[in-house]
Amino acid sequence: MTARLRVNPIACEAHGLCAELFPEWIELDDWGYPIIDERPIPPALLDHARRAADACPTLALLLEVAPSRRDTDA
Amino acid sequence: MTEPSAGHKKLPRLLAGLHSDRPIGLDEHLDRLDPLPRADSGEARARLLEAIEQSGLRGRGGGGFPLAAKVRAVAAGRGPWVVVANGAEGEPASNKDDVLMAGAPHLVLDGAVLAARVVGADEVIVCVKRSAEAALEAIFEALQERRQAGSDDVEIAVAEVSSRYLAGEESALVNHLSGGPAKPTFVPPRPFEQGVGGRPTLIQNVETLAHLALIVRYGAAWFRELGTSDDPGSVLITVSGSVATPGVYEIAAGTELGHLIRAAGGPTEPLQAMLVGGYAGSWFGVEAALKLELGHSALRAAGGTLGPGVVFALPEGACGLSETARVAAYLAEESSEQCGPCVHGLAAIANALAEISAGQAPPGTHKWVARWSEDIDGRGACHHPDGVVRLVTSCLEVFAEEIERHEQSRPCHPRPTLASLLPLPSPAPRLALEDR
Repeated sequence: MTARLRVNPIACEAHGLCAELFPEWIELDDWGYPIIDERPIPPALLDHARRAADACPTLALLLEVAPSRRDTDA
Repeated sequence: MTEPSAGHKKLPRLLAGLHSDRPIGLDEHLDRLDPLPRADSGEARARLLEAIEQSGLRGRGGGGFPLAAKVRAVAAGRGPWVVVANGAEGEPASNKDDVLMAGAPHLVLDGAVLAARVVGADEVIVCVKRSAEAALEAIFEALQERRQAGSDDVEIAVAEVSSRYLAGEESALVNHLSGGPAKPTFVPPRPFEQGVGGRPTLIQNVETLAHLALIVRYGAAWFRELGTSDDPGSVLITVSGSVATPGVYEIAAGTELGHLIRAAGGPTEPLQAMLVGGYAGSWFGVEAALKLELGHSALRAAGGTLGPGVVFALPEGACGLSETARVAAYLAEESSEQCGPCVHGLAAIANALAEISAGQAPPGTHKWVARWSEDIDGRGACHHPDGVVRLVTSCLEVFAEEIERHEQSRPCHPRPTLASLLPLPSPAPRLALEDR
């Protein structure tokens, strides 16, 4: 099983809670929007990832478990 | 990379027999070409899909994604299906879709109808820019001819769309055609899953569809007589800037850019750089540029992109940095203002470039531009920021000396006749450049 974090950039309003809760995987850019590490999250850190996703006030942070990696749009 | 075959005598294909003052009408179209094959049975559809697959036709709207894979993905969904012929052509430096639709509307409509038959759609929507009057008129006229002749078994509607830069972006177009604003959406779901009205939707650039109309008549092997193994067929390129005869050219994919420039009458003055791939493309110094092969694979390997087939020749004496700054300002304004990294990042980049260009930026400002570019790459819902990053990053590389000079407080003084060369739609975006 692999889990990755992904942000819906349209929904994100730069509250920044995610970076506070999960700094190992999320940093903020100059305007407060999250830059997310795209690598799979190690099992030991999954709880942090869940907490960060749950805390997002706009529900913009998605924890995707075993997502299909298809990408049909170039 | 295989060499383009010696099939240049077989050009043009799409632009064959175009009139300068009117579109090719239905009678003339049918005189030249066999009727469109039907797809009444599953077997017939499979045969057509096989031909599409073997042709290796790649999308001509910018991404270069193989048509066959998209057709399969759409057909695999649950109907009713929709086909969208995308002629929105928001790229200001591109003119090829307008030229094609204005000159050979039946080729585009044939391709759209055939695509609908293959995926099983009973509805086709042809999207044309409101400002492309000749193309709109030609498409309407062609549809009337086809209705009178009873040639089509699908509903074909025309949607007039905005000429804004992102209006033709796939998800924005789907959103618009579904009754929403013409703004990109967060994907997935992608249009092939949930497109117009939630239905599986095949969106294809109008040039791609025109190629399809010929492939189903002449076959995949014929299509591959031109181009390379990775980029088969011919491709339309809009050439502008300092060449003797700017315009839309049809070349074998993989043709060297230098060859195209000669075909366009050669440079009208010494060139310094070329913009390849449009405003989401990249700058190349002229020597490297002239050797580039105009195909998706070759250009990607060279760090560029074919985009929708756009080439601009920048003369010596013009300022590549100022040109890029103007375009960056335009692209920042064209952000659909939905994603933070795009809204803030593009504005910051455009402002910094404008300040550098005006000789008002402290040394090292370009490093901020590079950093922001790296930060925002890939972080929008659509690829708009990524395109700006590609353009700006190539500008920092190709015009590095120019930038250094500007950052030492020496504003640029391009020859007055050589200022503001890259085409932008009017009204021009607000600019922070005062001392031109």
